[in-house]
Amino acid sequence: MTTVTDPETESFRFSMLFNDTRYRSLTFQFIALILLIVAMAYLGNNLLSNLAQAGLNISYDFLGAPAGYDINQRPIDYNSQSTHGRAAMVGLLNTLIVSGLACVTATVLGVFAGVMRLSPNWLVRKIMSVYVEIFRNVPVLIWILIIFFIMTAAMPAPRDFRGDDPSASMLFDMFAFTNRGVYIPKPIWGEGSMIVVGTFFASIIGVFLYRRYARTQLYQHGRLLPTLWPSLAIFFVPTILIYYLAGQPVTLQYPELSGFNFRGGITILGSLIALWFALAIYTGAFIAENVRAGILAIDKGQTEAAAALGLRPGRIMNLVVLPQALRVIIPPLISQYLNITKNSSLAIAVGYMDLTGTLGGITLLQTGRAIESILLLMLFYLTISLLISLFMNIYNNSMKLKER
Amino acid sequence: MKKSVFFGALAVAGAAATASAAATLDEVKSRGKLNCGVTTGVPGFAEPDANGEWQGFDVAVCRAVAAAVLGDSTAVEFVPTTGKTRFTALASGEIDMLARNTTWTFSRDVDLKFEFTGVNYYDGQGFMVPKDLGVSSAKDLDGATVCIQTGTTTELNLADFFRSNNISYEPVPIETGAEAVQQYIAGACDVYTTDASALAAQRANFESPDDHVLLPEIVSKEPLGPLVRHGDNEWADIVRWTLNALITAEELGVTSVNVEELAAGTENPEVNRLLGSEGDLGGMLGLEADWAKNAISVAGNYGEIFEKNIGASTPIGLARGLNAQWTNGGLIYSPPFR
Repeated sequence: MTTVTDPETESFRFSMLFNDTRYRSLTFQFIALILLIVAMAYLGNNLLSNLAQAGLNISYDFLGAPAGYDINQRPIDYNSQSTHGRAAMVGLLNTLIVSGLACVTATVLGVFAGVMRLSPNWLVRKIMSVYVEIFRNVPVLIWILIIFFIMTAAMPAPRDFRGDDPSASMLFDMFAFTNRGVYIPKPIWGEGSMIVVGTFFASIIGVFLYRRYARTQLYQHGRLLPTLWPSLAIFFVPTILIYYLAGQPVTLQYPELSGFNFRGGITILGSLIALWFALAIYTGAFIAENVRAGILAIDKGQTEAAAALGLRPGRIMNLVVLPQALRVIIPPLISQYLNITKNSSLAIAVGYMDLTGTLGGITLLQTGRAIESILLLMLFYLTISLLISLFMNIYNNSMKLKER
Repeated sequence: MKKSVFFGALAVAGAAATASAAATLDEVKSRGKLNCGVTTGVPGFAEPDANGEWQGFDVAVCRAVAAAVLGDSTAVEFVPTTGKTRFTALASGEIDMLARNTTWTFSRDVDLKFEFTGVNYYDGQGFMVPKDLGVSSAKDLDGATVCIQTGTTTELNLADFFRSNNISYEPVPIETGAEAVQQYIAGACDVYTTDASALAAQRANFESPDDHVLLPEIVSKEPLGPLVRHGDNEWADIVRWTLNALITAEELGVTSVNVEELAAGTENPEVNRLLGSEGDLGGMLGLEADWAKNAISVAGNYGEIFEKNIGASTPIGLARGLNAQWTNGGLIYSPPFR
């Protein structure tokens, strides 16, 4: 830089803002920014003055007032005397529950379908094409409603389970499938159950440790240890042993028909199931296409080289192709997860009380605070989406091609 | 997407303010049409018939106002609204008035800035259950699954009723009445609750209405009536007094049959004032002198409208009950036309 002589300093003239290429783009960016700020300020001011004219104000006081309505799925303590703010929290958790379930299921389904679409088997390939084309080309709202209505119409009502010769019966006396939802047993954590749970988690860690040990044995000494059976043994045997040694501290509470409904056990609402499955199979179809694209992006030579080394097709996929394909798959996967979270706001169609149903639905209607509720709703969804993006980007960076 | 929602909210708020400032009457007159918000379909109250013509008890109020203002009962654009969209539609000026089983409450009147112009049906919230459930009182409903239309006062009354009786329930919130009925029929809920009149109306459309019973408890007061935006008192007066004209007409014996004849002038000064042959009540409202005559000629007086749409002779079969004239022990009472 020292070899370059400084240009002659000329005095700054106003016209240079428009004529000089060094400043021109900055000038126009500045003007555009000012215009944008003015436009936003105008809209905001318009809103406030119109609200004032109508005698309304912006206030979030309603969040502290009793909500007055009930919610059917309560991950945290909630009753009709709780505040609107707490109702919004219940809704937020319900949104996270259904999004989380749907993200996991959609990923499993999508990876499976995406790999199968490239299967050499004609029938499997075509079936998966049909799945992808049908599910991603029909709006997700329609799928939610279809699944919900099929469930309501095809499943027995709880009263069908009643009587000496009921027209419906429970599966193993543990699971009840009704048109209101699925009832499953609930574990009751008795005294000493923490030991069992601790053992369970310890054995999960044990499985990972064993697998790492097997890998180092393979890489360093060339000994191939079996992994499947020992893993299963480590996973099940200690927990079951401890369970009986500790005197069966964990018992199951079975759902039982009493009164109008099944009581006891865990209820998985029909609306949750409809929403979860619809989001999962719909988004799964998109993920399948991402996975297929990712796999196709890997040079065929990689597969052939792996085959030449004697790897079987399953290992080629798991050890050679998928790890490389993930770099292509993850970025579009992030937007699919964001789509699931945002599409979960269709929950109101089947009466699932998510964030849109509580804060953006009943709270908004009962308090009439539309602008406040919608702004808060936007903030919640924005935060969830940005957090998902953040974590997925961290994961993406860890999977990126590391140049050495 | 998020941004457009925000701007949408701004635009709605902006429109709300401008619309309430302008005179609704002039707007309706220059448009030549009344935009009236109704339900998406409750038999007897507001529902399109086989020819696509809106019919019903609430629809009759819209038609009467259109006849009073424009002299033409068909100059109405019916805008179906759900429990969720109705207030936004009214506040934003999309509709001029809302005649849609809407309960008059303090917060809607004061906080949401609406003007209720009277009560055309005194209702209360009831419960419907299938007969074979063997339930005879709402207090036996402990643990039941209840279908409710979301965004309504029924939702809050329900919570209050079960709470005060110390029994539990599972709510199934549903967007429209039709969907709620569908869920109820399919057995996805044990109980369906809404205003008793709507329960009766919807039961009339069931395949076998006799398999379902209405429980005796009426758990709330639900005065239903037409409403308009706060701030345009002239327009509120027109809607209020059109409804009152229908009620007074029944009290004074003015019917769709004899209204033409009585409009020529009678011995009763109140009938004359109502029908415009004496005084200038229409002019005070900014309407023609025969405004009330036009309103009454559409479908008759309040009693006739009641009998034709939801009365004992219809499949819905509601008794007058609280909705009888005050002279017959009911609550229907119009201030005098003077």
